[in-house]
Amino acid sequence: MAEPTLDTGANTGANTGADAGEDAGPVAPRTSPLAHLAERMRAATVTGARGVALTEWPFITMADLRVDPASEAADRIEKTLGAPLPRQCGHTTASGPHTVVWLGPDEWLVLSQGEETAVAAELREALGEDPGSVVDVSANRTTLELSGPAARQVLEKGCPLDLHPRAMGPGRAVSTTVGPIAVLLWQVDDAPTYRLFPRSSFADYLARWLIDAMSEYRGPEIP
Amino acid sequence: MLLIGCPWCGPRDETEYHYGGQAHVPHPETPADLDDRQWAEYVFYRDNAKGPFAERWVHSTGCRRWFNVLRDTVTNEVLAAYRLDEPRPELPQAGGNR
Ligand SMILES: [Zn+2]
Repeated sequence: MAEPTLDTGANTGANTGADAGEDAGPVAPRTSPLAHLAERMRAATVTGARGVALTEWPFITMADLRVDPASEAADRIEKTLGAPLPRQCGHTTASGPHTVVWLGPDEWLVLSQGEETAVAAELREALGEDPGSVVDVSANRTTLELSGPAARQVLEKGCPLDLHPRAMGPGRAVSTTVGPIAVLLWQVDDAPTYRLFPRSSFADYLARWLIDAMSEYRGPEIP
Repeated sequence: MLLIGCPWCGPRDETEYHYGGQAHVPHPETPADLDDRQWAEYVFYRDNAKGPFAERWVHSTGCRRWFNVLRDTVTNEVLAAYRLDEPRPELPQAGGNR
């Protein structure tokens, strides 16, 4: 996937400079899909025993990988990543800057702190001429982080998955829906902290949905 | 709400899936030889079973894979879910405690 169309309006996003080629003119900074809601998300923070907070982590590098997990190409990719490709729904693996999330029996999402074109290029080199694909999908989704003691209750208002610790825990990531929005839902720790990956064009709706769902935890619990 | 067991992801709510019509409808081996009636029958004509019916579903918001489901069209009970490369499973005979 190509870089997102660059916006020359008001920007809060970081300039990755990823587009700076040899004609090295000034590059318009990228605007994250939720830059316009940053202040409202911050204001929605609830503290205390029923606390919950919402933030966006924009511009995380993401590469979509498809390859036969039994192939030699998969072995090479695992060496490049330094982590095995998870073989089961819900599983993730991690190594250095990369986290690999299971999307399907022959499909993974590689989340990375690395520079986006470099990550895709490395994986593509490992794949070589073998059947499969590596696509930089960094602009496809954005990342919302929802954390705090009430975070699970907020999600449970609109997620059909069982989020109880018996079924979901740190290191698990599953594609599902929150409200009407399809997301990849990754639980990071026991706080609990969740990262939600909606498609960029649905992020605005999802953020507003979450802000609304968080608001009741400001007050005391109604018995 | 149906609870459908995706062969890769396990049981999920019906809202995560989309329906794809009758399963095991083979593409004609020589489409060019079909007359209009035969082509129409391949494209449009489907069984309207009362009882167990094999149909295609896709796990749209999950693993995005197509698979087959055996569903009883009378009770809406999901009897089995199986991958596209697996044969239609044999069902226990009617009666019993279904
Ligand atoms: Zn699935």
